[in-house]
Amino acid sequence: MNADSSWVTFLVMLSPFIAAFFAPALTRLLKHNAAWLLALVPALVFVHFASFAPKIADGGVVTGGFRWVPSFNVNFSWYVDGLSLTFALLISGIGALIVLYSGGYLKNNAHLGRFFSFILMFMGSMLGLVLSDSFLMFFVYWELTSITSFLLIGFDHTRAASRRAAIQALVVTGGGGLLLLAGLLLIWNVTGLTEMSLLLRSGDLLRESPFYLAIFVLVLGGAFTKSAQFPLHFWLPNAMEAPTPVSAYLHSATMVKAGVYLLMRLNPVLGDTVAWETVLPIFGGATLIVGTLLAIRQTDLKLMLAYTTVSSLGLLVLLTGFGTEMAIAGGVLYLIAHSMFKGALFMVAGSVDHGAGTRDITRLGGLMRIMPITFGAAIVSAVSMAGIWPMFGFLAKEELYLGLFATQTWPLLMTFVAFVGNGLMFAIGFAVALKPFLGDLKADSDHPHESHILIWLGPAVLAGLSFLTALFSPLTHHFLSSPMASAVAGETVSVYISLMPHIGMPLLLSTVTIIFGVTVYLMLDRARALMARILDAIGWGPDRGFDQFVNGVVRLSFAVTGWHQSGRMENYMKATFIIVAAAILLPMVLNGELPAWPAFSDDIHFYELAIMAIAAIGLIAVLQAKNRLTAIVSLGIQGFAVALIFMLFGAPDLSFTQFMVETLSVVILALAMTRLRLTPTDHRPTREVIVDSTIALLCGLAFVLMLLRVVQVPFDPTLSEFFKQYSLSIAHGANIVNVILVDFRGTDTWGEIAVVLIAGLAIHALIRIRSGKRRGEMAANEPSE
Amino acid sequence: MNTLIFRTIAPYLTSLMVLFSVFVLLRGHNEPGGGFIGGLIAASAFAIYGIAWGVSPVRRAIYFHPLGIAGFGLVLATFSGMLSIFFHAPFMTGLWGYVPIFEDEIPVSTVLFFDIGVYFVVVGAITSVALALEERSRD
Amino acid sequence: METYMILLVGVFFSVAVYLFLSRHIIRILLGAAILGNAVNLLIFTSGRLTREVPPIIATGPTGTPETMANPLPQALILTAIVISFSFFAFLLVLTYRTYQELDTDDTDEMRFAEPRGQQMPPLEY
Repeated sequence: MNADSSWVTFLVMLSPFIAAFFAPALTRLLKHNAAWLLALVPALVFVHFASFAPKIADGGVVTGGFRWVPSFNVNFSWYVDGLSLTFALLISGIGALIVLYSGGYLKNNAHLGRFFSFILMFMGSMLGLVLSDSFLMFFVYWELTSITSFLLIGFDHTRAASRRAAIQALVVTGGGGLLLLAGLLLIWNVTGLTEMSLLLRSGDLLRESPFYLAIFVLVLGGAFTKSAQFPLHFWLPNAMEAPTPVSAYLHSATMVKAGVYLLMRLNPVLGDTVAWETVLPIFGGATLIVGTLLAIRQTDLKLMLAYTTVSSLGLLVLLTGFGTEMAIAGGVLYLIAHSMFKGALFMVAGSVDHGAGTRDITRLGGLMRIMPITFGAAIVSAVSMAGIWPMFGFLAKEELYLGLFATQTWPLLMTFVAFVGNGLMFAIGFAVALKPFLGDLKADSDHPHESHILIWLGPAVLAGLSFLTALFSPLTHHFLSSPMASAVAGETVSVYISLMPHIGMPLLLSTVTIIFGVTVYLMLDRARALMARILDAIGWGPDRGFDQFVNGVVRLSFAVTGWHQSGRMENYMKATFIIVAAAILLPMVLNGELPAWPAFSDDIHFYELAIMAIAAIGLIAVLQAKNRLTAIVSLGIQGFAVALIFMLFGAPDLSFTQFMVETLSVVILALAMTRLRLTPTDHRPTREVIVDSTIALLCGLAFVLMLLRVVQVPFDPTLSEFFKQYSLSIAHGANIVNVILVDFRGTDTWGEIAVVLIAGLAIHALIRIRSGKRRGEMAANEPSE
Repeated sequence: MNTLIFRTIAPYLTSLMVLFSVFVLLRGHNEPGGGFIGGLIAASAFAIYGIAWGVSPVRRAIYFHPLGIAGFGLVLATFSGMLSIFFHAPFMTGLWGYVPIFEDEIPVSTVLFFDIGVYFVVVGAITSVALALEERSRD
Repeated sequence: METYMILLVGVFFSVAVYLFLSRHIIRILLGAAILGNAVNLLIFTSGRLTREVPPIIATGPTGTPETMANPLPQALILTAIVISFSFFAFLLVLTYRTYQELDTDDTDEMRFAEPRGQQMPPLEY
């Protein structure tokens, strides 16, 4: 592929973000009609990727990209095969309809522009996720979908329920994202590859790696949180706090399928193992059953749909884990069918809400005549969801029964699970599609009415597609299903199933499913009451558990912070000095680097010892000083003793400086101390005296041992010799210390005098700022003029 | 500190100490001494004068604000370091020249000016601190 | 003779640390002054001690002595003395102002930044 079209793909991938940038301004200009213009962006994306379809149907792939961080071998690259293409088309196609729908649904919302911006950003992220080739890019987009999802769920941020749902979704999917990151890094470590396309060709490399299980668990952590698998499903129903377009788009058609996408993408390299084929079906099956059972309990249209979405995701995971060609084909068909019918049903729920003023199924009825288009879309989608001829859902159901059914125990169990799940979903689908429209007219709104064209267009188009894709199934299979199934299976798979029913087990199962579903539908009210009683009896769920977990974390961090930041300075000081002592002593002890017993040589003069003794006496006197003056004078004694030591050991410069500094210290200390009414002695309890002196002595010991060890190694005079040799010859100075200061290390000195100046400024400022209290007094004392 | 002897002697002591500090500063390159020591001696001199006669006479005597002197010192040090840039040498490279005065040749260098800058910073900053504290202790 | 110096350095550090562990800010201040001297002596001693011969190259007829004191630690310490003095002065003024504002020199009473009895963060969303 040539460079030009590569750049076009790059621009197309960026276009939703660009549109997101301009959306608020455009919305201010055109109000809700901006939707027509903004929907062009996803439409163009759709057209661009649709143009790849023939090539990919022939077994080709489209790749491109450029180097991003060459030193880490990270590229900005994309890889379009059947799987990515189908996802990209779903994202952009449904995305265009959703943008239109949003324009109608949030027509009078003051923040419509912001909403467009968020949803377009999400679209760009999701598109990037399914197209990216490099792991890093994939992960970045994965997290971006979590963040945009957070923004969209919390769109109505004035309500606490919205905020809670948004945070919950972010914590769960973000936490999963971290697991996924670890998993991807582990894959990178094991294979040395950073690109999906190369990884897919790596064969059994991952399966045979000793880290397989770790990678498997980590990747599953990412996929299961994103795709709301039991018991991490709870965030998805809560996310229904978001405006309906978000529920329809993110939480049924696209984002929640990212986890399924990940599993399907990695199926060729991670699948076909015992772990894969056991864990995935078990979790998927559990999610399927739990989701449908919980859905029965609900009366809110959106919540019912949300729980069936959970179960559909479970079904997809189950099929992916099953791993046979037929099961994968069934999963692929079901994924496409689900995006169409569930997206449409959500939009229908929103439309009913909009037209009739409520989403509660028990307060709705008889809207058929008033909202005919919405009703039509609803019934077609429900038929597809139920898997009845002649909709696309029928093909999916036939294929998945075909894939699952076998006479051994395990497949039989899975078939049974799928059967129960499908039957219950059948009932709920029809409950959503029929109950609000049939019977006597019931609505909360005084004037129930058909919705705006922007609202009914989306569900109507999707419902139409559910039928058309089934009618022209050979075309659908050629361009979408077969390439996608091939990509998932890692080998060429052809999907043939059509609307021509073939007599066999699947058809029989379908029929029994329908009978089961109709029975449940008729007994729905009783089933709901039963489920409500059971759930009340349990009284605890992962949702409540999430709150307990978050509160526990807050309490723990509060306790930990309160413990290690006690607000008591001596505790901080103790910790600091214990660590200082440990940092010096431990390495010496552990590495066997303790100094040898030192030699107390005789070559020390009496006067040297005397001065050292004076310094020590000065120090002790500081400790024991009973009043201010003694403390200051004692401080002076040790300082002057140090100056004398410098003098004795060949450092006249230091000696002079030390003399001057000590004099000035004593002077300013005396000046300040006379103003402070302080007792210089401190009365520590005996216990504290013992602890403190132990720490102090340990620190002293640490420095003594370190210094002893230092002087026991031979001295390396290289640097000193350099200065001695060149001080006069190149720096024209005989006083080496001064030459080092002003010439060799001039820049250091320059920095140091800057510090001195800054200290002077800081002191000046501190003294000049008068306290508020004093200022008040002064103002009171000043005569009023 | 109002003893007569101290008050009488303080101005002379201060002048002597400042003179000595300049001497120490200038001889620093070859003998013990230098900007840091010189600066500290001069700062002590001003502190003594301040204790004897109060802060205002000191401020009048040195005319500039002490922090202004310190700032000037830092600028001087910086410029003497930067001068080498015009001779295509790295920052802080010492440049030497010999100025004939009478019959001697006096070595003049950027390094000397750098040391003078250090002197001013130390004098300024520390005098400022000492004077500020003395001022406080009187109000 | 280094051994004796090293022991003295140990005494300097112990006293400084003990003063630092006090609750009275004025004692911490004294500790800071002593810690500066302790570190200076530490650097000085680790550069080895040489008696009475300053690191100055003789230009006269006597010639440069064979052994002279190590100039490198001296250059390090010279600036350190001045800087630690500036630091000491700053701490002193800070203490002085703190005392004026808070009327206490007990660090336990200084609760402006970390008040007693902090509230638990809210648990709602």
